[in-house]
Amino acid sequence: MTETIPTTPPGTRTVNATPLLDIRDLHVGFVTQKGVVPAVNGISLTIMPGETVAIVGESGSGKSTTAHAIIDLLPGTGKVTSGQILFDGVDLATTSDKAFDDIRGNLIGFVPQDPMSNLNPVWNIGFQVAETLVANGRAKKGKDAKAKSIAVLKEAGLADAESRLRQYPHQFSGGMKQRVLIGIGLSSHPKLLIADEPTSALDVTVQRVILDHLATLTGDQGTAVLFITHDLGLAAERAEKLVVMYKGKIVESGPSAELLSNPQHPYTKRLVAAAPSLASRRIQATDRGLSEMHVAPLAGAEDVDLIASAEARAEKLMGVSSAAPAIIVEGLTKVFQINTGKLRSEPFTAVDAVSFSIPRGTTTALVGESGSGKSTVARLILKLETATSGSITVAGKDIGSVRGRELLALRRQMQPVFQDPFGSLDPLYNIGATIAEPLVAHGVGTRKEQQARVRELLDQVALPVSLVDRYPNELSGGQRQRIAIARALALKPEIVVLDEAVSALDVLVQAQILALLTELQTELGLTYLFITHDLAVVRLVADNVCVMRKGQIVEAATTDEVFDHPREEYTRELLAAIPGSGIQLGV
Amino acid sequence: MVWYILRRLLQVIPVFFGATLLIYFMVFALPGDPIAALAGDRGLNPAVADALRVRYHLDQPFIVQYLIFVGGIFVGDFGTAFSGQPVSEILAATFPVTLRLALLAVAIEAVAGIFIGLVSGLRKGKLFDSSALVVSLILISVPIFVTAFVAQYIFGIRLGIARTTVGIGAPWEDLILPAFVLATVSFAYIVRLTRASVIENLNEDFVRTATAKGLSRRRVIRVHILRNSMIPVVTYIGTDFGLLMVGATVTEGIFNVPGVGRTLYQAIIRSEAPTVVSFVTVMVIIYLVANLLVDVLYGFLDPRIRYVK
Repeated sequence: MTETIPTTPPGTRTVNATPLLDIRDLHVGFVTQKGVVPAVNGISLTIMPGETVAIVGESGSGKSTTAHAIIDLLPGTGKVTSGQILFDGVDLATTSDKAFDDIRGNLIGFVPQDPMSNLNPVWNIGFQVAETLVANGRAKKGKDAKAKSIAVLKEAGLADAESRLRQYPHQFSGGMKQRVLIGIGLSSHPKLLIADEPTSALDVTVQRVILDHLATLTGDQGTAVLFITHDLGLAAERAEKLVVMYKGKIVESGPSAELLSNPQHPYTKRLVAAAPSLASRRIQATDRGLSEMHVAPLAGAEDVDLIASAEARAEKLMGVSSAAPAIIVEGLTKVFQINTGKLRSEPFTAVDAVSFSIPRGTTTALVGESGSGKSTVARLILKLETATSGSITVAGKDIGSVRGRELLALRRQMQPVFQDPFGSLDPLYNIGATIAEPLVAHGVGTRKEQQARVRELLDQVALPVSLVDRYPNELSGGQRQRIAIARALALKPEIVVLDEAVSALDVLVQAQILALLTELQTELGLTYLFITHDLAVVRLVADNVCVMRKGQIVEAATTDEVFDHPREEYTRELLAAIPGSGIQLGV
Repeated sequence: MVWYILRRLLQVIPVFFGATLLIYFMVFALPGDPIAALAGDRGLNPAVADALRVRYHLDQPFIVQYLIFVGGIFVGDFGTAFSGQPVSEILAATFPVTLRLALLAVAIEAVAGIFIGLVSGLRKGKLFDSSALVVSLILISVPIFVTAFVAQYIFGIRLGIARTTVGIGAPWEDLILPAFVLATVSFAYIVRLTRASVIENLNEDFVRTATAKGLSRRRVIRVHILRNSMIPVVTYIGTDFGLLMVGATVTEGIFNVPGVGRTLYQAIIRSEAPTVVSFVTVMVIIYLVANLLVDVLYGFLDPRIRYVK
């Protein structure tokens, strides 16, 4: 299914009538031993000068491949198999490598996805900015390049650029690195900027500041932007036109507002329904009861209605409010010794007198930006770290002095699920062995019983039993996270600590996992400690919320209270930073 | 950077004392009386033997002997060999030879290894890469004395362009052939290491970003791939230099190089305890210094190490 985007809708900025970028029936494939595997199947789209267009899709949809094809940076064996990429009338698909040196950086800027890995760790920041300017003929080597680098970085929002020029990437925070990368991408005032998930690795508040800044810069310079993202809410907020990609094809495209309020294609509908940023917004946007809301009923087992599950949990909460707490945390403090370099170290309080309790069978979300100490709290509760002071009571027992056999018993009651489904499964263990490992480690049951339990668990997390013999690298991110959940449930714990458990997943997969967690909670009476930086997700799964900042809990209340009547300025900031919060939805 | 070097220097101190103590203890614990061994079959007048014991501090307890020995090192006194020659003189005669041999070998293996490794990495799976793989595997698997004899036969006897043994004073031109032989094994490792490192860095995000910034391919390779790939290679070369400095016994023996390796080997054969202890101690120091240099270089190449911890 291929369609061309209609010409620029009225009301958008139009400099002239010929498109800056005109992709016609583009096919991209990866050459393997079994022949060419297609990744992009005949897409067509246009970007007018100065216009912002967003390509939305989940991982594997071909959105990044499209972006890389434009600037001839396809990884490995990827190549354009047919079609045209007309940039200012020149077909980039047939441009020679040498000619591309003048186009990349100079006419087309690129802002990559992950600020952590996209700056060379062994060169200082000034060097990496200056070499870009020199390579594109924007500055002469030496003093000129240095002065212009400072200007570029200042423009990108680094106020103290002079003093930071000689610093190295590891001395910069993620947000600052992304500013540097944006500065580099825009340093030559390109006509087109390709931004490939430029903020998905950043905290929401940082994300908002950076995207606002990017919008101002590109607006001032009249730069067209091709924005690649998996977040529909973010795309709609930032782009005039949306292009939705699925499995290498464009399934729907059009002006952002129209596409969101009236999605035509079933896949777009599912994306709209699943995007937590939009769903949580929709709950907020209405005064009506949750049951009155109209969410297009969707067919198919994969479809998940997050709003319905949020409603179910609200009802359920009424019943359990009197239950005894599963976890009580009192005055929890953790101080680390930070090495400051010159043979000295100074104390750093990561967690500062934190107190909260989690009623049995409910979900408490611990929300905060990176560095807020939320993950340290999780590690303390799991007893992977020792608290400096304060107490943690799990199921009526103070875990501070627990050792040996008792510690093993505690671990049986409390299991973690971590963020990265790629890193937390051992690639050399097959799925059956992975799930059975806790059973083996704790000596639960005979071999036969363990195998039976593995099958039961696979069934509970809605995965086929045939996966037992497969290996993690053969599975998708969502499947892996299900495996991680199954492993956590193997010992029948009462408490599950979910540390950013859905943050690395695509929206649709995220929605499925969230639904699964809710189901399991109802079924098994689990208590969840849900750690996340994403407030949008919190709205959908949590009963209570603790907002953390700089090691302290700044606000703690029920989810509805936090969302409807946030008391603290910081909480309000976090809420406002949820992408798509400014979008009118057709509800 | 200064702090980094200072900290590394401080770490050298306990290693130095630990290593020398261990070596000294091992020699001390060897069975047999060194004075009796010195006299041989004829036996020694007990008065003379006692006098010698006092002179060499052999009547003192172990720890005192050790401290006297270490104290001597700090003022440049490494003791006396059985021949009556001070060990420091033997050291002064042999170490410069070994140093030159090691420098030559490291230079050959580094230049050739890094270049071929880089080209192999950039042309992964192509003919050049496969040929380099075969050659380096052969070089790794052939024992060094075989390489040495083959080199002697081809370059020394058939072609007559090099001398098969090193002459008096060990001039540079005579050292080229043994250095070449010494370099072969490490050359193969450096090729493999550089290649793996280049391939890893080729797939790094920052390399893609560097290209996207508009840099030429040449510059991307030189500035963003080669420098980053050098970090593990430099570590290896530094360690290898340390190893070569403490003597390539087999190669020095075959080419008759009057260096550390051959001298130490002969001292061990003759059970010359003072020479052995002194040589090994100096080797430990050199090895420590080589490692320190590697670490400093490492910090220079990778700022993350310089600043963190």
